[in-house]
Amino acid sequence: MAQEMSGAEIVLKALTEQGVEHVFGYPGGAVLPIYDQFIQQDKVKHILVRHEQGAAHAAEGYARSTGKCGVMLVTSGPGATNAVTGLTDALMDSIPIVCISGQVPTHLIGSDAFQECDTVGITRPCTKHNYLVRDVNDLARVLHEAFYVATTGRPGPVVIDIPKDVQFAIGKYIGPANIQHKTYKPKLKPEQQGVRDAVELMLTAKRPIFYTGGGVINSGPLAAKLLRELVKMTGFPITSTLMGLGAFPASDEKFLGMLGMHGTYEANMAMHDCDVMINIGARFDDRITGRLDAFSPGSRKIHVDIDPASINKVVRVDVPIVGDVAHVLEDMIRVLKAKQGSLDPKKIAPWLAQIEGWRKRDCLRYKPAKDYIMPQYAVQRLYELTKDRDTYITTEVGQHQMWAAQFYKFEDPNRWMTSGGLGTMGYGLPAAIGVQVAHPNSLVIDIAGDASVLMNMQEMSTAAQYNLPIKIFILNNEYMGMVRQWQQLLHGNRLSESYSHSLPDFVKLAEAYGGHGIRCDDPAKLDDAIREMMDVQKPVIFDCRVANLANCFPMIPSGKAHNEMLLGEDVSDDEIGNAIGAAGKALV
Amino acid sequence: MNTIAQPASAYFMDPRKMPPETHTLCVLVDNEPGVLARVIGLFSGRGYNIDSLTVSETSHEKHVSRITVVTTGTPSVIQQIKAQLERIIPVHSVADLTVTGNALERELAMVKVAGKGEKRMEALRLADAFRARVIDATTESFIFEITGKTEKIEQFVALMIPLGLVEVARTGVAAIGRGPEGMTL
Repeated sequence: MAQEMSGAEIVLKALTEQGVEHVFGYPGGAVLPIYDQFIQQDKVKHILVRHEQGAAHAAEGYARSTGKCGVMLVTSGPGATNAVTGLTDALMDSIPIVCISGQVPTHLIGSDAFQECDTVGITRPCTKHNYLVRDVNDLARVLHEAFYVATTGRPGPVVIDIPKDVQFAIGKYIGPANIQHKTYKPKLKPEQQGVRDAVELMLTAKRPIFYTGGGVINSGPLAAKLLRELVKMTGFPITSTLMGLGAFPASDEKFLGMLGMHGTYEANMAMHDCDVMINIGARFDDRITGRLDAFSPGSRKIHVDIDPASINKVVRVDVPIVGDVAHVLEDMIRVLKAKQGSLDPKKIAPWLAQIEGWRKRDCLRYKPAKDYIMPQYAVQRLYELTKDRDTYITTEVGQHQMWAAQFYKFEDPNRWMTSGGLGTMGYGLPAAIGVQVAHPNSLVIDIAGDASVLMNMQEMSTAAQYNLPIKIFILNNEYMGMVRQWQQLLHGNRLSESYSHSLPDFVKLAEAYGGHGIRCDDPAKLDDAIREMMDVQKPVIFDCRVANLANCFPMIPSGKAHNEMLLGEDVSDDEIGNAIGAAGKALV
Repeated sequence: MNTIAQPASAYFMDPRKMPPETHTLCVLVDNEPGVLARVIGLFSGRGYNIDSLTVSETSHEKHVSRITVVTTGTPSVIQQIKAQLERIIPVHSVADLTVTGNALERELAMVKVAGKGEKRMEALRLADAFRARVIDATTESFIFEITGKTEKIEQFVALMIPLGLVEVARTGVAAIGRGPEGMTL
């Protein structure tokens, strides 16, 4: 017997049955009936953000750090449009989010009513799927379907737009069991022929490399475990994209660090010179490949991806395998075990030796300083002092994000939350809130930049309200550092609008929000200041004053190949100014 | 393996080097609100071409619509279009009828021609040759109904221009594979 209840009750009932514990949201006229249900129950906790973009990033941080679906609730019109950046971010990075938005009553749709916008129209290109629910009797099915679509296959954001009259209307509730999607049935298990071809190719390899991405993390902890097993079995070196950090332990000798535009010398050189590339859950993003016609020219390529549209999208591959990473790795390991005799470690020994040679370049080296804090040093100290704690790291977007990726070593998946595909400044602070809500007793640090962090600074108020002791560690160089670096590279060092004028006093700002402020500009006092930050059980803003004009290296300039990297220690200002050719200047 | 050449860089790609092909894709979708916008939005958002688009519900009891898209692109772009279409949640299946080969393609056009005297007679004679039917007539105009492949319609319309072509309404291409098998839901 289907139960009858109001649309708003159906929403809460469905969330409860989906196992949702936290919803990030902001009320408004068109979602009042749902908010009225929130206050009458205690199973689903509502976290009140200060801006809907913050709700989206918090839901993302929650999802990335738990592997569960993030949930957000916004009102019609500006509530929905403010969520768009976060939804796009989740789409680009394949993060499962369900976003419920209020809509004006059905009979007012299309009349330019107060706080009306075409939410499904606006969010169609920035969601995996979206729904406008016009009939309350569809609502329960749509809600359960939305969770299924968001979390199955390649994950992504799903919007459910619910007109206010539908929230009041009485309709039938159905549970999540027995809901079968008519059309969406993603393929999780790979074709065995592809797996066998891949293993054959791996056995012939003299210069192999694993290139792994966010797909390993999205697949779940089992995938990360199997990846470790596969690397151990084969002895092949492994590099990771920004999104994939933590899927494989950074401390392992087989790990070459991150690859791509600001990746390590050894990872990029190995990608360029390899003969067999095994891409597991990455998508040949332009930050990774650099100049495509010079991308790993001598290799045969295996590509494991759950999304068939990722195969052959930008790089032609020899062995495509469509499936979930954990399933594929399980099959690969099984096939490989049967042929273990053919794995000859001697065959790849010269390759590993060559990689060791590249590693000796020590590409992340920077000039240490005594009088001021180098940003790299700040991240290194932060890592050393927090590595033995139960730590989660989020970031904003820019130089600090790349330094965090280079110098903070991740051993486990789901510990690293960063905006990769969309590159959303303002991601890290609300994401840290989402992570802290999911892991109340863990140490959650947002490695931030002085410009990015101001984009969602209002969320400090959220952190204060819920006693979330997030640590905002700002590498403050008083510039939009990456913008400034590109201006130096591309535009004759004419620093148009990239100086952070009129920065607030971050210590006073922290105090104004009811948090704790710390400032440090002395490398000798840095460790103590970081310890103070870790000990305070309040939201902390740490204003870490770093060298203003430090650049982020290594760097593959736009339009260049993996073996045309700029390395930090031997680059002169002249070389930086001339590093990018005329064609490269037009690129992003 | 490894016989497939790398594509040129996305940054320095010279589209003239890869000859574009025209393909006819059939897409079976759940006929729910917004589904056409999803398909069209995919084409505009990712910069693909639409040469022709035909949509109609083909199974009322199952609410399934058939969208026929004629598109032009390099082989890798066509492959990508198909994969992207399959990714849309309410899409049941996508068939590239140009790849499966030998499909039937038809278009219907209504062609209004106005004129008097010899031109009017010539229009009528040509219509007869093209098996176009007269579906409306006044003393100074005809409306012809013509069905056939796109090329045939193009040719007929071109011939009508000097004879007093006023306007043309076209349905766009509908296409179906030959033989006993149909597209699966």
